[in-house]
This record gives sequence, structure tokens and C-alpha cells, in this order.
Amino acid sequence: MSDIVIRARQLSKRYDLGRKGSQDEGFPSSLRKRFSREAPEEFWALKDISFEVPGGQVIGIIGNNGAGKSTLLKVLSRITEPTGGSVEIRGRVGSLLEVGTGFHPELTGRENIYLNGVIIGMQQADIRKKFADIVEFAGVENFLDTPVKRYSSGMYMRLAFSVAAHLDPDILIIDEVLAVGDASFQKKCLGKLHDVATQSKRTVLFVSHNLQAVQSLCDQVIHLDHGRIVAFGDTRTVVGRYLETTSTAVAGSHYWDHDAPGNDEIRLKSIEVKSSDNSNGIYSSSQDLTVEMGFEVSVDVPGLRVGFDLVTPEGVLIFRTYQTDTVQKGFSRLGIGPNRWRCTLPAGLLNAGVYTVLPKVAIDDTHWIIDGSAGAAFEVVLDHGISPYWNSLDASSRPGLIAPILDWKTVSVPARDCVIQGWEA
Amino acid sequence: MLNSTQGLASTVTLIEPSSGWLGLNLGEVWARRELLYFLTWREVKVRYKQTLLGASWALLQPLFTMVIFSLFFGRLAKMPSDGVPYPVFAFTALVPWIFFSNGLTQSSNSLINNSQLITKIYFPRLLVPTAAVLGGLIDFVLAFGLLLLMILWYGVGIHPNIIWTPLFVLLAFVSSLGAGLWLSALNVEYRDVRHTVPFLVQMWMFATPIAYPSSLLHEPWHTLYALNPMVGVVEGFRWAILGSKTRPDSLLLVSSAISITWLVTGALFFRRTEKRFADLI
Repeated sequence: MSDIVIRARQLSKRYDLGRKGSQDEGFPSSLRKRFSREAPEEFWALKDISFEVPGGQVIGIIGNNGAGKSTLLKVLSRITEPTGGSVEIRGRVGSLLEVGTGFHPELTGRENIYLNGVIIGMQQADIRKKFADIVEFAGVENFLDTPVKRYSSGMYMRLAFSVAAHLDPDILIIDEVLAVGDASFQKKCLGKLHDVATQSKRTVLFVSHNLQAVQSLCDQVIHLDHGRIVAFGDTRTVVGRYLETTSTAVAGSHYWDHDAPGNDEIRLKSIEVKSSDNSNGIYSSSQDLTVEMGFEVSVDVPGLRVGFDLVTPEGVLIFRTYQTDTVQKGFSRLGIGPNRWRCTLPAGLLNAGVYTVLPKVAIDDTHWIIDGSAGAAFEVVLDHGISPYWNSLDASSRPGLIAPILDWKTVSVPARDCVIQGWEA
Repeated sequence: MLNSTQGLASTVTLIEPSSGWLGLNLGEVWARRELLYFLTWREVKVRYKQTLLGASWALLQPLFTMVIFSLFFGRLAKMPSDGVPYPVFAFTALVPWIFFSNGLTQSSNSLINNSQLITKIYFPRLLVPTAAVLGGLIDFVLAFGLLLLMILWYGVGIHPNIIWTPLFVLLAFVSSLGAGLWLSALNVEYRDVRHTVPFLVQMWMFATPIAYPSSLLHEPWHTLYALNPMVGVVEGFRWAILGSKTRPDSLLLVSSAISITWLVTGALFFRRTEKRFADLI
């Protein structure tokens, strides 16, 4: 028997836009449509999709809105029928296109666990066995007999995800489930998903806009665009190409042609974030990052400082750095002509997240030449590589704007109990 | 749409476009019977949540209708009632009628009310309207208990034929689900159904011998009348519980044939249109 668990051949799905909305329209117009000879307006949500998924792999599906990702999942989970082509699936399929499908607000947490569990395809006996785990993961022990309409939205989502996480199919289909809840809960969900994907021989199909999650979870990625497969293959390559074609926001670089910031003395031509292994704007924290700035200098101005601010998307300044920081005394000089300055951000410094480098140019501390210009955004995946605690997917992943690896040494160890006593110990 | 073969280790599912009439796939319905149970349970559980009177609504609805009928038809119009007190006569018919009409109303709106389920998860869609009708059984049992008390109160006496009641309940269930399958499937594409059903139920009630005895009609109309399967159900109830007359054989035959036809064609129509539910709803 072959190793392929999902085999799609020329899968297509068409929606007739003319008919789809008939219930929203007035009676006469829908009647007119019914009996008119005009062909309804067509929309191919999927067009001739063919792919094969080997068992035990985690496959990410990415693409812009309207690319057909959700339609593909709906066809694979048999919610809607394809217009053409076929899919052959080996194994039990569990699909989570949303969390909490069938949750009823009037029913209690306990009742909804059973109801939702059976709806997503678990056996009642199975749910009974896993009940304690589900409740524990959700952390709703004290509210089991409260109607879920009285739950906070966070509790509601936790309970819903927890039931879903204990579904145990051969093939798991997940749509953007992780786009809900607060950041810490998302991390917990991602961690659970990571366990599911790695510890069992389960096949997972996973649609997400969270490219960081896709990069760290998926073995292979399908990139859909306008209902067709643009690329299917190695995660890094496909995500990289996807980023190149779509987003310029987190591209890791910024170049100027004509409206370069600066004055007649100095102009900024480029700012780039680079690392040895990647250049698409997403970097692993296990690699040194370099920030390179290219200038065109026309006048030799003493005391010229070039540097940048590292800021969060919320605009919080993490630090500012200048090329003069390591110079002890005297004025710095920049030669006339093109100048390139490189600054290294060491591996094991930044936390997971999006950062922006904003270029800064000043004459000493007296006069700004470049301030508040556009910068380059880039994303860091936390993976210091030293221990599993330095990993974005761990629920207890490090809080903080940065996650530096600092030096720790034992100063004195009490004879038996290794408790941190305080400063005087 | 689908062929499943249950192997020892794995299930192979083939998804491809379907056309024309499909099998009912009752094997799959059976495999998901736990879901049917839970959908029915939810139906029952949620029906009277956050109401002051709770499950007593199951009794108040037939009771008030009976009081009104007794006043207007029994007292004012002096309607004949097969020789039993008019309130008992009317209530015996109202108990199965309300099971039927509530089942019909609930099931025809069931797919729309569960659109969240239909668009997010796969399961045999037939379970949804079936659960909606089954959910009325608890109400029926409560109302049936009240009926027995009322019969004793009026000193009519319960006839031994009462052991046949489950068959008539089954007939009411089949009729309700048969019509419910047609209407629920149509309702997905044409919301007109939603507005038609209350009106339809009202008409239907007067086309059923609830307020009056079917003996008011003469042959051949009397037998043709049973093309409305609720005629068979109501007359069957009166025969079984009140023992008021001879068994309405011809009525029952016609009614059963019709309701089974509805159920089978309804299920086939439902299966045929099912593939578009998620796209249209």
C-alpha cells in the first residue's frame, strides 16, 4: 500500500455567484434569475488542484485572502462537494474549521464538552476517558456546571480548543483556529499542535496567516493563489517565495531611489537586515543578524553619526545604536562617496516577533539629519538552539521585548539545599 | 459523493462530484447514532431554557387549545364528538397533532438554525431534521400523561387497544419527518418556506379531524380524506385510547402509504440537494 494519505487530482470548485445570494434578494429578482437564460456569474474557488500528501507530515497552506484555502479545506472535510476532480483520503479525517462548533450558550461547560466532542466525531466513551484532560487543559474546573454564555470569551475559547485538541484522527484539518484568543493562549495552542504533529504519526493540514507558526510547524507548504497551486514543497523555500511576491512590509530591507532621506551632505540609500541563512525577512534567533546601511556622502562633515533605532511594531524603542559607540574619542569621519556601515546583532538576543530598524543620522547630539524616515521590518523566530525553553512554540516561552542569553555562574552552593537565598547567601 | 470501505487499519474515502439521485447511506447515519442522540438531547435541553414555566409549556399548549375548542366547537357549535365528552375527544387528537406540527415546524427550520454546523463540519445531514422531530417526543410523553389523567377524570375509561398507540406515534413521526425533510431541504434555498410553514400548519389542522369527527364526511370523501396522513393518526388514537368506534382500517392504510411515500421521497430529495447545503445556506 502506498504511503500517500491524501491524493487530489484536478480538484475544482465553482460557485455560481448569481444563485448564491438568492435568499438575500427580493422575490421578483430571484425569480427573474431562476427563469432567465443568462448563465450565472461563475467563480472558480479552486481550479485543477493536484497534490499528494505523504502520511505523517504537517502541511501548511498559505495564500492571500480569497486564494481558495478555506474552500480546499471544506472540500477535503466533505462539507462541500467539488465541481470536478477527486480526492482520495486514507484514514479517519477530523476537521476543525472553527473551534467550538455546535457549542450552545445555554448549556453548561460539561454538557458542551460532550456535545461538541460528539459533533466533531469523538465517541462518547472516548470523551469520558479524556474528560479530565480536556478540563485540565482548558483550566475551567470551577465552571463546569455554569452555562458557557456566562464564560469570559477567553474561557470559552480555551474550552472549545481543548475539546478539539483531544480529537484523535489520522488526518487533522485545521483552519486558522489559532487566530483566536490572546497571545499566551495562541502559544499554548501552537504548542499543543506541535506535540500532535511531532509525537504521533499524524498527518496535519494547516491553514494559517501566521507564517511563523507555519515555518516552525510544517514540513511542506502549499501556496495557493486564485484557486491554483503556485508552489508546493519545502517550507522555507515556499514561504520565502510567498513573502517576496506579496508582502513588502516584513521584507527585511528598504531601498531608496530618488526620494532618499538626508540632505545635501549625506543621503541614505538603503537599509537591509541580513543573516547567513535567509534574506526574506524572517530570521532565526540562532543566527547573527546584520544591519547594513548604505549612504552617499557628498561633504566631509565632522561628527557625523549614523545608526538606527530598534523598535517594536507598537513603537516601543528597544535600543538605539551608532557607529561611534565603540570609538573612544575624537570626531568620526565618513569618506566622500558611497559608504556602507554594518552592525551585528548577535545570535541569542532577540525574542520572537516583528522588529523594525529605523535609520538615524545626526551631527553629534546637536542636529538631526535623518530622523523619522521609513525603515525595514523583519521577523524573528525564537530558536536560540541551546535548550527547548528557547522556542517560540513552548507555551512558557520567554516574555519580554528581547530574549538575551546572559552569562550565569554559581557563586556559592549551600551544602544540601540548592535554594536561592538572596544577596547575602 | 462518497464511498467508504472499512478496512482493518484504515478507511479510504473518495470525494468526487456526484450527480442525480443518491443512496440514503443509512449505514453512515447508523454509525453516527450517538450524534443523533446528542442533537436530540440538545433540542430537548435547550427548548425551555430561560423560560419561567419550563417544561409545563409542553402541557399548556395542548391544554389551552383544548379549552378554546371546547368553548367554541363543543359548547357553541355543539359539534358531535363520537359519544365521549368533547374536551376528551379534542384532547386525544391534539396530543398527536401537536407532536406532528411542532416536529414539522422545528424540522423545516432545523437546517437553517444549524447553519453553523452545516458549514463547519461534515456529518450525515439527515440527522438534523430527524433530531428536531425526535426532540418533541418528551413533550409528547408529558402531554400523553395528562391525557390519561383527563380520561380518568371524565370517567371515560381507558380502552385496552391503547397498546397499539406506539404504532400511531410512529405514523405521526414518519409523517412529520417526511414532510420535514422536504421542507427543510427546500428551506435552504428558498427561505419562503420559513414564512409558509406557520400558515401551512394552521390550514393543516383544520384539514385534520381534531375539532370535529371524521364521520362528518361520507364516502368516497372519507377515505380520500386520509390522504392527509394525520387523519389516520388522529382517528387511530381515538380508536386505540377511547375505543369509541371500529378500527379505521381503510383510513390507516391510505395514511400509512402516503406518509411512507413522503418519508422515502423526502429523504431522496434531501440527499439529492444535500451537497449544495453548505454553499447555499
